[in-house]
Amino acid sequence: MSLTMNRNDVLLLIGFTIVVFAAPFIFTPIGAGYPDLLQKFAIFGIFALGFNILFGLTGYLSFGHAAFLGVGSYTAVWSFKLLSMNPLPAIFFAILLGGLFSAVIGYISLRRSGIYFSILTLAFAQMCYNLAYSVLTPITNGETGLQLDQSDPRILDTAAGIDYGAALPVSNFFGIDMNSTVETTLFGQTLQFNSGYYFCAVLLILCFFISMRIFRSPFGLMLRAVKSNQNRMSYTGLNTKPYALAAFIISGMYAGLAGGLMAVTDPLAGAERMQWTASGEVVLMTILGGAGTLLGPVIGAGVIKYFENIFSSFNEGILMQAYSFLPETLQHALVSISSLFVGEGWHLTLGALFMLIVIFLPGGLMEGFRRIRTGISRLMGGGKSGKASDRASAAAE
Amino acid sequence: MDEILLQILNGLDKGGAYALIALGLTIIFGTLGVVNFAHGALFMLGAFCAVAVKAFLGMEKVTLDPTQTTAWGTPMEIRQPYMEAWFGEFGRLVVDFSVPFSVLVAVPVMLIVGIAMERGLIRFFYKRPHADQILVTFGLAIVLQEIIKSFFGANPIPQPAPEAAQGMIDFGIALGFDAGNVVYPAWRLIYFLFSLAVIGGVFAFLQLTTFGMVVRAGMADRETVGLLGIDIDRRFTVVFGIAAVVAGLAGAMYTPILSPDYHMGMDFLVLSFVVVVVGGMGSLPGAVLAGFLLGILQSFASMNEVKDIFPGIDQIIIYLIAVVILLVRPRGLLGRKGVMEH
Repeated sequence: MSLTMNRNDVLLLIGFTIVVFAAPFIFTPIGAGYPDLLQKFAIFGIFALGFNILFGLTGYLSFGHAAFLGVGSYTAVWSFKLLSMNPLPAIFFAILLGGLFSAVIGYISLRRSGIYFSILTLAFAQMCYNLAYSVLTPITNGETGLQLDQSDPRILDTAAGIDYGAALPVSNFFGIDMNSTVETTLFGQTLQFNSGYYFCAVLLILCFFISMRIFRSPFGLMLRAVKSNQNRMSYTGLNTKPYALAAFIISGMYAGLAGGLMAVTDPLAGAERMQWTASGEVVLMTILGGAGTLLGPVIGAGVIKYFENIFSSFNEGILMQAYSFLPETLQHALVSISSLFVGEGWHLTLGALFMLIVIFLPGGLMEGFRRIRTGISRLMGGGKSGKASDRASAAAE
Repeated sequence: MDEILLQILNGLDKGGAYALIALGLTIIFGTLGVVNFAHGALFMLGAFCAVAVKAFLGMEKVTLDPTQTTAWGTPMEIRQPYMEAWFGEFGRLVVDFSVPFSVLVAVPVMLIVGIAMERGLIRFFYKRPHADQILVTFGLAIVLQEIIKSFFGANPIPQPAPEAAQGMIDFGIALGFDAGNVVYPAWRLIYFLFSLAVIGGVFAFLQLTTFGMVVRAGMADRETVGLLGIDIDRRFTVVFGIAAVVAGLAGAMYTPILSPDYHMGMDFLVLSFVVVVVGGMGSLPGAVLAGFLLGILQSFASMNEVKDIFPGIDQIIIYLIAVVILLVRPRGLLGRKGVMEH
């Protein structure tokens, strides 16, 4: 892998970094709660980035990635309990265990491809979920979920002489509490820097960088070849399995990291994180943003978490206000229809969105942006240049 | 010995449900080549047909009886289903037998739902990649279950079996064991026989009728059948409807065993996929065989003696078996060569 990066990639990375660091100031005015929601953006962004390396590049549709997320969470909480409240060992072990689990599950599942693969991963994830709920209760604490306790040993912290007193400890990065917020005033604006969010943000940028390097590497090219025609790859005498397995493990490690970060921002782990609907959610994020594109999954994760937050907070009262300009009968009718889709019914919106995207926009939002861009350039400069930019942007992806 | 017999019996009803869902999945898969992640939702819709029928038949007339008073001194409310008020003893019987009656409703409803689903959505996905088919049906499953949730709420709604079928059947006496050793709820036995009948009906339909023959020919080689001048698409639409009916019937009759809630479909779907994979993708006998086999194995795994040796085995036995089967016999128990290998 050469270390030179093409100019567009450098610009993209710089732009991405700026947006991620400035996210609290850009997105808070439009209702993205800070820091909780933004942390979710970052965490699910990492999750979707990893999933995209498997699904977007190799085309293997896994329905079991939530299992690795759950494993990451449990590992991180155990690291907090046994070792230290520092998130570094927590996420290190979360990545490690996510990788180990995905190696085992991937090794078996990848013996089959296509639908069999999807069903196998689904079966494994359900198995993990059932185990976490029942037999493994000593490790996972079953339905209650795994929580921190004052009497946890925390070997490293004790050795370093850190005492948390009677309160429940908060995860801290060498003394910086993960839920602390520093306020500064700049140009008359109050800026809040939440350490938990920036911790996730740095990792998100790192993950984005790694994912970019994989996309541009010969290894990434090989993964794409697996997607486009696996038979031909086999005929040329190449064993594709190790490549697919490597992609599976990498995406499992991303999922483990995301799970670990969930525990870092909120030291709690429950089995519901492993349910297969959670796996479906990350699939949706990737598809919505655009599978196989670099930026798509992060955008998809952001959009879904954002609308989840907005939609599920709506209730009939808010809807009544929103439609208050209409005549009363129409208002009531509209409210009763749209209340199906908001609040508790957010999942209905999610399912409908899922279908619409798959039916009309299989390339996701990135495909939509590209179409709009080509449409505009066609309008501006006639047919020929439009085609050229179409080809150029297709090549850029 | 009687313990073993009891566990086999226990597995039969669940196995019947698995077999019926897996049968529908396999039919859709074999004919249309589509993996239907919404099949569990069809099972759930069938179950809610039973709930709706019960609610409809059981609508109550409330009258105030001035001769009796409640503890608060107000006239007591007498609640009586309209069916009973209008038809007397016969009406009472109809209300009691709401679950079996719901089967009559479930057949046309599920047929319409199935055909609408195929014409309205699935047919646009024949030429799309399998991943897209999985995703769009997954989305549909979420939509269906959320709609049901908004109508019927999130809590399970218990559906009693008819009073005549609520008792236990003591098999032990008939087979020469002591009384009370092998007792079995009557409804579960009915469910097992019902599932056998439906399975038999589907097989008879495919093997003995001309329609079924054309469908089988289409499963084997769609293109040639088309070249012979047969409109195979229309037949496959009907086949999708039939698969939906099978899933719906399985759901409607299962309600006395498991109170239906909106996500029961998802729970059964995952297991049914495993059943299909174990049986062999595209093999109808394989789906039925694997359904019963896994149902029985699951009930054996939940015996206390087994759980003492392998704790938690009842939760994962089905998945474990699927993994072993796929590693040893990648095509499943009765899978054919060349099905879904691309």
